[in-house]
Amino acid sequence: MRDVAIIGAGCTKFGEMWERSFRDIVVEAGAQAIGDAKLNGEEIEAMYVGNMSGGQFVSQEHIGSLIADFTGLASTFHIPATRVEAACASGGLALRNAIIAVASGYHDVVVAAGVEKMTDVETGVTVDALASAADREWEGFMGATFPALYAMVARLHMHRYGTTRDQLAQVAVKNHHNAVNNPRAQFRNEITLDTVKNSTLVADPFTLFDCSPITDGAAAVIVAPADDAKKYTDSPVYVLGSGQATDTISLHNRADFCTFGASVAAGKRAYEMAGVTPADIDLCEVHDCFTIAEILAIEDLGFFKKGQGGPATLAGETAIGGKIPINTSGGLKACGHPVGATGIKQAVECVEQLRGTAGKRQVDGAKIAMTHNVGGTGGTAVCHIFSNERRR
Amino acid sequence: MTLGISAYGAYVPRYRIKVDEIAKVWGDDADDYKNGLMVTEKSVPDMDEDTATIAVEAARNAILRGADPKKIGAIYVGSESHPYAVKPTATIVAAAIGAGPNMTAADYEFACKAGTAAIQTCMGVVSAGIAETAMAIGADVSQGAPGDALEYTAAAGGAAFVIGKTDLIATINHTCSFTTDTPDFWRREGADYPRHGGRFTGDPGYFKHVLSASKMMLEKAGTKPSDYDYAVFHQPNGKFPTRAAQTLGFTKEQIKQGLTCPKMGNTYSGASMVGLSAVLDVAKPGDRVFVTSFGSGAGSDSFDITVTDRITKVQDLAQKTWDYIKDAKYIDYATYAKHKGKIKVDS
Repeated sequence: MRDVAIIGAGCTKFGEMWERSFRDIVVEAGAQAIGDAKLNGEEIEAMYVGNMSGGQFVSQEHIGSLIADFTGLASTFHIPATRVEAACASGGLALRNAIIAVASGYHDVVVAAGVEKMTDVETGVTVDALASAADREWEGFMGATFPALYAMVARLHMHRYGTTRDQLAQVAVKNHHNAVNNPRAQFRNEITLDTVKNSTLVADPFTLFDCSPITDGAAAVIVAPADDAKKYTDSPVYVLGSGQATDTISLHNRADFCTFGASVAAGKRAYEMAGVTPADIDLCEVHDCFTIAEILAIEDLGFFKKGQGGPATLAGETAIGGKIPINTSGGLKACGHPVGATGIKQAVECVEQLRGTAGKRQVDGAKIAMTHNVGGTGGTAVCHIFSNERRR
Repeated sequence: MTLGISAYGAYVPRYRIKVDEIAKVWGDDADDYKNGLMVTEKSVPDMDEDTATIAVEAARNAILRGADPKKIGAIYVGSESHPYAVKPTATIVAAAIGAGPNMTAADYEFACKAGTAAIQTCMGVVSAGIAETAMAIGADVSQGAPGDALEYTAAAGGAAFVIGKTDLIATINHTCSFTTDTPDFWRREGADYPRHGGRFTGDPGYFKHVLSASKMMLEKAGTKPSDYDYAVFHQPNGKFPTRAAQTLGFTKEQIKQGLTCPKMGNTYSGASMVGLSAVLDVAKPGDRVFVTSFGSGAGSDSFDITVTDRITKVQDLAQKTWDYIKDAKYIDYATYAKHKGKIKVDS
């Protein structure tokens, strides 16, 4: 197995993009990444695209062909293009597939992209499309929506560990604060604990600000063999580890839902492959689709003991400058959550941090960065660990 | 040639239903809607009121303020709730006020800006010499689907403006419009209730058109917001016009008099027109008024208006807009549903 590196990265602004289409945004992200790696089109050998639901959002399937076509690679070079889907983990999974393609020696230069255009349908349709990440028959048909499922996770966590409303709210406050310095973020406004607590009730205990928004956006990275990376860029970002795992699709079939077994397993697999421990990680982009999800993530990935995620967050240990900066990009809450694109955006944030180009969000001296991307209520999890140093 | 308004009148039905009452029925958070929309209650037509009766009442108030029906050579009524798909409301108004038969008439539709489109047509018809004076009316008994967000604001009311060249109470110095094909809100032929694109009605809908037309107007007139004493923007809720005003550089004080939506809801084709009539009720000679309407589909009409000395002679001759708004009788949701024909009865 060869070592793999990221040689280029691109990402659009995230937000409500009324004037831009699905294909507009994915082409923009792809072009940015290709430009960043200074590649010619003919050097690209394959493409993996993460997209949760082109079908429900823009009535479009066959995304692989569409994107290869509109990036000019289909009729010219007939590249293999594959659409990857794992609900909100589609992006992370697309990246993993691209890494495997290069690591295995099958391809040398592969694009991993993620895209979601969510604003072309009414909100009710969007919410229903997102609900298809849960168990439609046993959760959806029984009346559970996504906020409701995660709200149940929050309730149990609060009951068992004493996690408080303020601790949940602090996740959103911190992520908004980080996004102030992220020009791509959907929301760049500072908020307070009161902003969160006084906003509209969504599913008790969640209010509007506990929930990630509906967003349009796309991102792309290019992966290549680590041995060749310096041909393309002076600042390659090496893939140290990758881990993927599943768990039951429904919450009610889990042994315990104060922990996401898929996150724990994916994290462990990534750590093992990378030969590092949680203590070695300098920053991590986690999947904060709801505030409780970040608290679970930082526990499941081993940064804090189970049940301590809340207090650690409120104490500022996950802020930039804290013990382990979490979601320097602003996370899903403030940067936005175009579902299929998030996993790739997380990687782009790590690339910028490890290159030292994260501006005011920079974690000083960052050497090892991690991403954590989840599908549904933990039915899938994908983790990656990156470094700006070649460790083998 | 000077064109302007020679008479005006408004009408708002007496019944009101509170946001609290509607929220109670649907299990919504009333405070959330009141804060989010900046509306506390909306007007409701009586059992025997509709767009035609409202248009007639507004027209009659214009007559009380000095309009001569025999000199009205054209009547255009803009509405999203004309009683007939085919058979004009305008001729009902004409007959009721004793205008015609030597006149032209037609009904207009352009969502909430049908009335201001009618004003522009009246300006054209009068300046072409086709009519000595012409009446433009915007009136609606707006529809909001049960349980939809629109139900909190879809209200009833209207205003009439007579356009002419002489005896003006206000001159229309400039008008301009910004129009695109933007389906933010629509109602198909035969459908009971309109549908809308949710958040798409905001920036790509209301704000794009209101801000573009307003900026065009400021440039055309060579003015800045502080040159005006009053500003009226289309008011689907209290928030949008407040935000539009702020973005353009108008103050809360400038829009306050014409901001009727918080207390009566959105009368669709009547909304900006009722706001303008509220301003004319208190304006002083020389006051300058900035108006930009918005109609989904979509477009905005802007007007730059200067009030003349004659305004003081007519303001008190008919009931004033805010007096109509304050004359309120509160009803519950059941009575409201009965009035609005939302209760299924066998035909």
